[in-house]
Amino acid sequence: MASIWEYANPRKFIRTTDVVLPWVTAAAVLCLVVGLVWGFFFTPEDYRQGSTVKIIYLHVPSALMAINGWLMMLAASLIWIVRRHHVSALAARAAAPVGATMTVIALITGAIWGQPMWGTWWAWDPRLTSFLILFLFYLGYMALWAAIENDDTAADLTSVLCLVGSVFALLSRYAVNFWNQGLHQGATLSMDKKENIADIFWYPLLVCMAGFILLFLALVLLRTRTEIRARRMRALLARERLG
Amino acid sequence: MIALLIRDLKLALRAGGGFGLGLAFFLIVTVLVPFAVGPETGLLARIAPGILWLGALLACLLSLDRIFALDWEDGTLDLMATAPLPMEAIVTLKALAHWLTTGLPLVLAAPLFGLLMSLPGEGYLWLVLSLAIGTPALSVLGTFGAALTVGLKRGGLLLSLLVLPLYVPTLIFGAEVARRGAQGLAVEAPLLLLAGITCGSIALLPFASAAVLRVNLR
Amino acid sequence: MMPELGKYAGAVLSAYGASLGLIVVLVAASLWRARRVKAQLAAVEARRTEGAPQ
Repeated sequence: MASIWEYANPRKFIRTTDVVLPWVTAAAVLCLVVGLVWGFFFTPEDYRQGSTVKIIYLHVPSALMAINGWLMMLAASLIWIVRRHHVSALAARAAAPVGATMTVIALITGAIWGQPMWGTWWAWDPRLTSFLILFLFYLGYMALWAAIENDDTAADLTSVLCLVGSVFALLSRYAVNFWNQGLHQGATLSMDKKENIADIFWYPLLVCMAGFILLFLALVLLRTRTEIRARRMRALLARERLG
Repeated sequence: MIALLIRDLKLALRAGGGFGLGLAFFLIVTVLVPFAVGPETGLLARIAPGILWLGALLACLLSLDRIFALDWEDGTLDLMATAPLPMEAIVTLKALAHWLTTGLPLVLAAPLFGLLMSLPGEGYLWLVLSLAIGTPALSVLGTFGAALTVGLKRGGLLLSLLVLPLYVPTLIFGAEVARRGAQGLAVEAPLLLLAGITCGSIALLPFASAAVLRVNLR
Repeated sequence: MMPELGKYAGAVLSAYGASLGLIVVLVAASLWRARRVKAQLAAVEARRTEGAPQ
């Protein structure tokens, strides 16, 4: 069994993802199409929420990936700090815009759902607020990557920012809880409370979550490959200029 | 170490050093708010703790890029890095100097601005106390942000974007202490949490700032 | 074929539209950049091998 660190070699990574990426992409498309079509066309309306319940198939998976995207960046940053594998740092860079988009999707679908249900687009509810703060963290992270020219310096600085940001994002999560009691319902999906969402909504939702996870994976792989190539190109160009 | 601190303080006090700039900014914010929301005393009294906290935070933010920028430009920072003093001590001293020149004046001036905002009588003690406890965290966090952006040419805006989300918990608890104090409610819980954030930041962030600064000086 | 969405049709459709639109933009941007960088890298590599003294 080969060590997982072999994939830290950029060439090996590109070669492996050459094989893996089409499958992940196909699986993502399949799951998304099945899940969303199932959810959109073949689920009944909720007796209280009417047809707006269908928004859950976008809202919950995107919120899931917004948080897990940050966690993935955190893990990749830690690997970069400890083992200094370039692929890891570039994967964190590649994941940030995907995570930020997921955060925006979660916020937008939430606002559209909240308008008829709560009677407001936006409320300063802890969950909503902490998502907005998470989005700000994504923005700052991406801006720092974009601002620094030297790749290694940028990777170092952003990974430290990601660590510190994680701590403060978590602190903010509890701080906003303290600051305002919310409108948002509790977790829909904690495993032990599965009963509070009916099976008929639960299965398509599971497929959609799988679809979003795979979509995230496919996009991160694709973007990481791009970042690897871009990095190599910058290195080659620099060497050309030198002589 | 003391020499470095004194040097920073002297530089800040000298003309163009930016001392008092934060205070002036704080004053302007406090003066502008009634123009924006109307001069009604009841309303002002209600929003005073939040506005004063926000003003202090922005005033603090305004002076952050000065922490390292000048020393970076003339190469002093490189000299300091080669000095026997550990980098962690340097960033801690920088944060302390920033707090003494920006945070402390804000804390001391806050009652005066509270007067302008018709803050209720019970609020003054808690406002000053919460600022005194909270502003060190702002300085330490700001030093981290300044260390991140030290080498960048147009780092100012980026610095705000990076630092402001980090300020959220401090602002929430600080303003909560001031608000509850002004309304005569119990303040222990947010006060302890605020103190916890400040202590944690002071204890841990210098390591992050020092690591980042080392990378930037590489 | 369209399911009956009732009075919330606008909300549901706009939520789906906005989300899918954002995802499409993200995917398109990623693909576009991937393609561009790949082509640029290929050009640089070609220049390097051809310019190198054999």
